[in-house]
Amino acid sequence: MAFGPFLLLALMEGLVTSATLALAAAGLSLVFGVMRVVNVAHGEFYMLGAVLAWAVAALVPGPPALAFLAALVVAPLLVGALAAAADGLILKRLNYDPEATIVATIGLLYMIQQATLSLYGPNANPVQAPFDWRIQLPWFGYSGYKLFVILAAGLVLLALWAFMTRTKAGLIMRATQVDRTTARAFGINVDRVYMGTFALGAGLAALAGVLIVPIQQAHYLMGGDPLLLSFIVVIIGGLGSLRGTLIAALVIGLSDGVISMFFTPTLAKILATLLVAMVLVFRPHGLFGAKA
Amino acid sequence: MALEVAGLIAGYGPVTVLRGVDFRAEPGRITCLMGRNGVGKSTFLKCLMGLVPATEGTIRLDGTALEGLPAHEVPRHGLAYVPQGRRLFGPLTVAENLAIGGLVQGNDRATLAHVLTLFPRLGERLSQVAQTLSGGEQQMLSIARALCLKPKVLLLDEPTEGLQPSMVSLIQDAIRTLTGQGVAVVLVEQRVDAVLRLADSVAFMVAGRVEETRDVKGLAADDPVFRNYVGV
Ligand SMILES: Nc1ncnc2c1ncn2[C@@H]1O[C@H](COP(=O)(O)OP(=O)(O)OP(=O)(O)O)[C@@H](O)[C@H]1O
Ligand SMILES: [Mg+2]
Repeated sequence: MAFGPFLLLALMEGLVTSATLALAAAGLSLVFGVMRVVNVAHGEFYMLGAVLAWAVAALVPGPPALAFLAALVVAPLLVGALAAAADGLILKRLNYDPEATIVATIGLLYMIQQATLSLYGPNANPVQAPFDWRIQLPWFGYSGYKLFVILAAGLVLLALWAFMTRTKAGLIMRATQVDRTTARAFGINVDRVYMGTFALGAGLAALAGVLIVPIQQAHYLMGGDPLLLSFIVVIIGGLGSLRGTLIAALVIGLSDGVISMFFTPTLAKILATLLVAMVLVFRPHGLFGAKA
Repeated sequence: MALEVAGLIAGYGPVTVLRGVDFRAEPGRITCLMGRNGVGKSTFLKCLMGLVPATEGTIRLDGTALEGLPAHEVPRHGLAYVPQGRRLFGPLTVAENLAIGGLVQGNDRATLAHVLTLFPRLGERLSQVAQTLSGGEQQMLSIARALCLKPKVLLLDEPTEGLQPSMVSLIQDAIRTLTGQGVAVVLVEQRVDAVLRLADSVAFMVAGRVEETRDVKGLAADDPVFRNYVGV
């Protein structure tokens, strides 16, 4: 294959990575932005999304597309409900103290991981893609499902943006993010906002997990990489900035695709880590973040 | 809709700041609260809003008990708060700040329109980000945000602190219009001239208690109460 098409392929693979990464990182960023909670268990919500997609696919009879559609709805809802429970049972009782919640979410990470290992087992299981048509480009064929992932993530992120900027609930979340005490003085039930935000953040990670599972297989340890990459994206983009998160996800995903294809995946990770280090040294609030 | 406070005790953790506050505010009247720095004026307003929990005492609005309510329930009973230092939602627009103020009453258009007639300058800047407003405009917005709640009781914590005279009188005029609409205004104010011009009565706070309450009618700027309680 000539260089041009090869680069195109690398960029398309990178876009798929960007798409799921942007979803997961948007969730992490939202939770940090509104609640000031660094959710170390975020990758486990992603993993749960994938594992639940496998379970739903196994339970729902009929064509794979139907099962997948069901998983797309059910998995994020279940994971969101679990996150809401974790918020009420753990984070709220810690008064959302930034340091205590880091330790608590580390505990949550291991609890979810071990519970999944016990119930689901140590194996990686594939989930069938909802459809398997391929796009035939002049130089190579490409998975139609991967294009669907890009499109779906784009639509969800657009909806998230509209939700945050155009709806009353989004306004309430943004006000709470700025000043939770004053928000309470105007009738905002901050506990409810936090619970909803944590559920929404987890649901976004779970959605990314569902979308990725036909490409990657479901495994109980699959949450590590997305957690790390989400942190990288959120640090580069600026904590709590949705726009920065999107741009950083594109940068990290595309460079990961290109460098992995032309060099090695390890080099891609090394460069991403270097980029984080540079941002932390020269722009500690991220490229798009507001000053804390 | 009288606001009646009796024996209010509150503080921060182990530190007691309010040591049994008795206080009363009437609809259509401006009650000022004066006292030296650190006597607990801001803490008293926060306690009324439920932001600092009361450990003892009662807060009644026309007979309804407000003490012990979660903070987000308090504004539903008609209490609105203009905090010291404004505390706007800085990255949000003027319109969004006002919409937060109107949340508990469903953001009806008439209320917003009325508030904007009081502060026309805000109406011209609805899509401007709050933190880019001038200091005076920010203070107007903080008051306008509270008025969007259609309050029965308005608590203002030093709303003209650090503003130039023309802005001060603009804000004072706005506050006075409210009393005509039957709002009970509680105003923390440090300047004697402002108190004499605006208030119907003034409560003097010393060390977490209201020591004395005076009608403003018949009170002169050189009255010894001001020297005693405020040190001017
Ligand atoms: N969040 C807090 N935590 C602990 N102590 C506090 C807190 N806020 C205020 N205090 C203390 O409570 C006391 C009363 O403070 P408050 O702000 O109510 O005073 P104030 O009368 O409003 O003063 P000023 O005129 O300076 O605004 C002060 O001694 C202050 O140090
Ligand atoms: Mg004060």
